[in-house]
Amino acid sequence: MADFFFGLPAFVQALAKGVAVILVVFPVAAACSMAERKVCAWIQGRPGPNRALPPMLAWIPGIGIPQRLGLFQLAADGAKFLFKEEPLPDHVNRLYYTLAPVVAMVPAFTTITVVPLGAYLSSGGGLIPLMLANVDVGILAVFAVASLGIYSLILAGWASNSKYPFLGGVRASAQLISYELSMTLSVLPVFLWVNEPGSAGTLSLVRVVEFQSGALRSGWGGAWFIITMPVSALIFAIALFAETNRQPFDMPESESDLVGGFHTEYGAFKWSLFFVAEYANMIVGSAVFALLFLGGWNLLPWVPLLSMLEWLHRVTGSALWLHPLVSGLVSIGILGGKILTMLFVFMWVRWTVPRFRYDQVMKLGWNKLLPLSIANLIAYTIGIYFLQG
Amino acid sequence: MAVIHVKRKPLTLAERTYLPQLFGGLMTTLRHLVRPAETMEYPEQRPSIPPGYRGVPTLVKDPHGREKCVSCQLCEFVCPPKAIRITPGSIAAGAGTENVEKAPQAFDIDMLRCIYCGLCEEVCPEEAIFLQNQYSMSGYSRAEMVTHKDRLYELGGTLPDKHFKWEVKKAAEEGAGGHP
Repeated sequence: MADFFFGLPAFVQALAKGVAVILVVFPVAAACSMAERKVCAWIQGRPGPNRALPPMLAWIPGIGIPQRLGLFQLAADGAKFLFKEEPLPDHVNRLYYTLAPVVAMVPAFTTITVVPLGAYLSSGGGLIPLMLANVDVGILAVFAVASLGIYSLILAGWASNSKYPFLGGVRASAQLISYELSMTLSVLPVFLWVNEPGSAGTLSLVRVVEFQSGALRSGWGGAWFIITMPVSALIFAIALFAETNRQPFDMPESESDLVGGFHTEYGAFKWSLFFVAEYANMIVGSAVFALLFLGGWNLLPWVPLLSMLEWLHRVTGSALWLHPLVSGLVSIGILGGKILTMLFVFMWVRWTVPRFRYDQVMKLGWNKLLPLSIANLIAYTIGIYFLQG
Repeated sequence: MAVIHVKRKPLTLAERTYLPQLFGGLMTTLRHLVRPAETMEYPEQRPSIPPGYRGVPTLVKDPHGREKCVSCQLCEFVCPPKAIRITPGSIAAGAGTENVEKAPQAFDIDMLRCIYCGLCEEVCPEEAIFLQNQYSMSGYSRAEMVTHKDRLYELGGTLPDKHFKWEVKKAAEEGAGGHP
């Protein structure tokens, strides 16, 4: 099987890997919409969607658990979006109106190519990152492509040819510009620290995780960046909420004042594409946050994956833990757990904090976060200068 | 009235960062998240109805299974939305009590008109009509929403009786020879 796979031409391999990643991310993003409804319901003291169940499956014992979790409701909703009528309002610009949801999906799935999803232990004893494209530009590519996602919102808002979507599109672009700066500035200290003098310069997320994989005696090396750079992590997290248009920053949608914002005129499958794209963006954003500040695929600070696997190998006496497949799955499990936790935090915050007013969003972005991130960058530049000489 | 001047304290730095409040809020929602749901899953779980609840009006029988309504039509007259329609009649021949009282031949309550005010229960001299704890009424047509006499008795059932009018009357007749 493995030999057959590695015997294929390089582009077929790349295609297969890409499709595999999309096949995982798309359903997870879709499932997030149900998770959102369930988290919302639990916070509000309700059970949430728990009724849908295909009658022909009712005989299976234990089917009640997925039923109570609303999984069949999710499937029913997905099927509904596929089969219901696609409304196309008369007053829209047809080409751009249809293009916008597609454009929304592109950056969501493009950014994931440079995000490592785990690492496996090669037979040589080193950790090889599991990712589609291990390129040096790393975080730069994520930022560059992720900000393209805003085009779909602007396109949708403009092509809808209607005032609320238009306002939503305008707000989306203003918000993105305001928070992109703070976000980029907040991660600079991380890369300043990672790129020690004498090492080859890189913006790769893999290097950031490797840097956080120090053992206990390596001092700062094993600390996650959320410990050493809490302000950066905070700014990045806030900007991430703004970039993914999540509450309390969901200005482009803001149901209470803009009906539905940019997607007011959308329905059926196009509408659901916007949502899958939003959740896919959240997944990538959470993954980047976990890699930058939460130690990537390391279980705990100062407990790198490699020493954890070796410890498990010593305790259980099984060489299975050092097998490439098992180590890869373990690392994906750890990173996946962190991503899911982050996604939960996104939802948790959404049902806790009310939406900011538009001027508050702008004020927070320009008057508070931007100066704070610049001050943070200067402070860490000086600190890192003295630390690394 | 003395005017109390309340000093408005400036926000502290921690309050102005908004973060302690944010985390406080998150803790509150987390507590709600792990708490069991407040709602009731209706068709399976039914709410417990408190005594004195004014549900659907029903006709009741006394513990001997006798019809209490004597078709005096007071409820029909008092009913504000005119939901009750009674056709007076006599107790079926052969029951042995035909000469004592009357009974409704037909008793219809239009539940599309009923406003659950409880005046019929209030006015009934025989304590024959009660608003009980039935709260769910549904039907596919207007005609279905008119509750007829047999259905009213089915919904009402038998309620404990304090007076036993018929027995008292009978005892009085046999003893002193008149109504007490």
